[in-house]
Amino acid sequence: MPLDIRLPIGAMLGLMGLLLAGYGLLGDQAIYARSLGLNVNLIWGSVLVIAGAILLVLGSRRNRGGGATDRG
Amino acid sequence: MTLSILDWTLMLVYFAFVLGIGFTLKRHTKTSADFFQAGRALPAWVCGLAFLSANLGAQEIIGMAASGAKYGIATSHFYWVGAIPAMVFLGIFMMPFYYGSRARSVPEYLRLRFDEKTRAFNAVSFALMTVFSSGISMYAMAKLLQLLHILDAPFKALGWDPSYIFHTCIAVSALVVLAYILFGGLSSAIYNEVLQFFLIVAGFLPLVYLGLRDVGGWSGLTRDLPVTLTHAWRGFGDPGTNAMGVEVFGLGMGLAFVLSFGYWCTDFLVVQRAMAADSMAAARRTPLIAAFPKMLFPFLVVLPGLIALSARPMAGGEVTPIVSSAAALPAQGLIPYKVAESTGQVVRDNDGRPVRDYDLAVPVLLLRYFPTGMLGLGLTALLASFMSGMAGNVTAFNTVWTYDIYQAYVRPTASDAHYLWVGRMATVFGIAASVATAYVAAQFNNIMDVLQLVFAFVNAPLLATFLLGMFWKRATGHGAFAGLLSGTAAAALHHGLTIPIGAAAGVKGGWIAMLHRYPSEMAQNFWTAIYAFSACFAVTVAVSLVTRPRDERELVGLVHSLTDKPRDERMAWYLRPVTLATIVLAATVLLNVVFF
Repeated sequence: MPLDIRLPIGAMLGLMGLLLAGYGLLGDQAIYARSLGLNVNLIWGSVLVIAGAILLVLGSRRNRGGGATDRG
Repeated sequence: MTLSILDWTLMLVYFAFVLGIGFTLKRHTKTSADFFQAGRALPAWVCGLAFLSANLGAQEIIGMAASGAKYGIATSHFYWVGAIPAMVFLGIFMMPFYYGSRARSVPEYLRLRFDEKTRAFNAVSFALMTVFSSGISMYAMAKLLQLLHILDAPFKALGWDPSYIFHTCIAVSALVVLAYILFGGLSSAIYNEVLQFFLIVAGFLPLVYLGLRDVGGWSGLTRDLPVTLTHAWRGFGDPGTNAMGVEVFGLGMGLAFVLSFGYWCTDFLVVQRAMAADSMAAARRTPLIAAFPKMLFPFLVVLPGLIALSARPMAGGEVTPIVSSAAALPAQGLIPYKVAESTGQVVRDNDGRPVRDYDLAVPVLLLRYFPTGMLGLGLTALLASFMSGMAGNVTAFNTVWTYDIYQAYVRPTASDAHYLWVGRMATVFGIAASVATAYVAAQFNNIMDVLQLVFAFVNAPLLATFLLGMFWKRATGHGAFAGLLSGTAAAALHHGLTIPIGAAAGVKGGWIAMLHRYPSEMAQNFWTAIYAFSACFAVTVAVSLVTRPRDERELVGLVHSLTDKPRDERMAWYLRPVTLATIVLAATVLLNVVFF
């Protein structure tokens, strides 16, 4: 693979997650009446940050190690 | 609908990554094999997710939710019955011939196995169809963005004429797709399909969660909705007792066999993803890996349709911000009624019941449950699936055009650099033709319906040709070609002689005579496919038997009985295609039992 796809996807999800979670923390809380009272921006943003981080770790570990391939 | 800066930022992040991926891949795209086949260097899971997403365009997502609202959870048949078995068959039985032969495309396999005319027939019809589909996708996106009034506020702020919104959507999507395919070819398209997969899950999982929570979970849905909508197999013994108007045989033979195997096992758009894998084993695993998320996707794409039928508008909030007329407000659920533009009246069916605008199920749900922020993410996911749906078609087009039309019939012996250049030009041409298609679609809806019908006729018999080609060494080129022509003719004839109940003669059928009425359009489609397949099968066998067979030595690697079986014994058990196939089939059966 010329570029490990997990790196850009991890970075993108992480960045989107940060934006969402940041807004969830600092923004107007009244808008969450729509989402049944749940601060979905904060909750789901945090999930995306974690998911992004996992993808980044997996992607960069494989690149540095070089050996651990998932080819069959 | 007005979006906030946060929503716009999320969309811009997506665009930046899409273009960034394309730009990074540019350095690695040096040969035509890099451009058209992704260098055959991708791991199975990447190809698998791309295989899944290539088919998961936004029309699919919007359409599946619409069918979910219309036909209920039985819509999952398009996944559980109409996709999983075919994907398993492709991985276990057919992939060895696609990947193992020297073919670089599906039409090229037909040339190796049969002859030039069979390849040419398939290549030309396929190339036209991809351009057409990508144009339709572009049109649907522009139409949806216009309908949701997403761009109204920014256009106003910039002082631009709002009548240019449609053109702007077309132009921007065309340019973005053009840029990333020109840079990275098939790799770029595949990477973006994987990206889209993650975005769809990220955008739709919380939507389904919030919706289900609001309507009281699955038990809430079964309480609110008619029993036929919440059971996958209720009423399928007779076409009169289920909303789809089909019976088990039509479903099993038409959808599960002919249509589903015909699409998943022969359509180069999806098969190309598996052919980009880095080894034979990875290529065979590609559709099997795709089958796992595919099996669960009804929960992401069909369930929203059911939720939208049952959910209530927010207390004190606007009901459905999309509809302009109060007449369109639904009595139950969130999906508005269709309103005729000319009269402002609600459209009613033959029985006088108001018709819902089912395609709005996903948009109304996004607007109901997602606040600023998540709304941007949800729309970005939709946008991503529009773009990658387009890109998938364009990459399949440029490959077939360059290898199967240009190299085959225009300039057979040129340098690799020349074909790479032709591929890039074909990309520009393919996208330009898609834009033209989008405008034709905007002008003349009927032409599009007719074209779609013609492609359906051409595609319907293909499965018989491939099955006989791969599993019967006696099948000949003349047989295959004659079979394809008769299958297409049989499809057209059947369509011309039958009509679904309640339709007028014309593009819906009955344009020759009316010999039979089907309870629904879907039943008619299934039976058209069954007749086309049978005609192609019979004629291919008959003509093959009276024409000269090919030397068996030429067919090694192309036909099942003359090719060594792939050896899986040395692989870890969880990597073996047969293990994956068994697990996914068992799980699919289980899902059908649970939702019986």
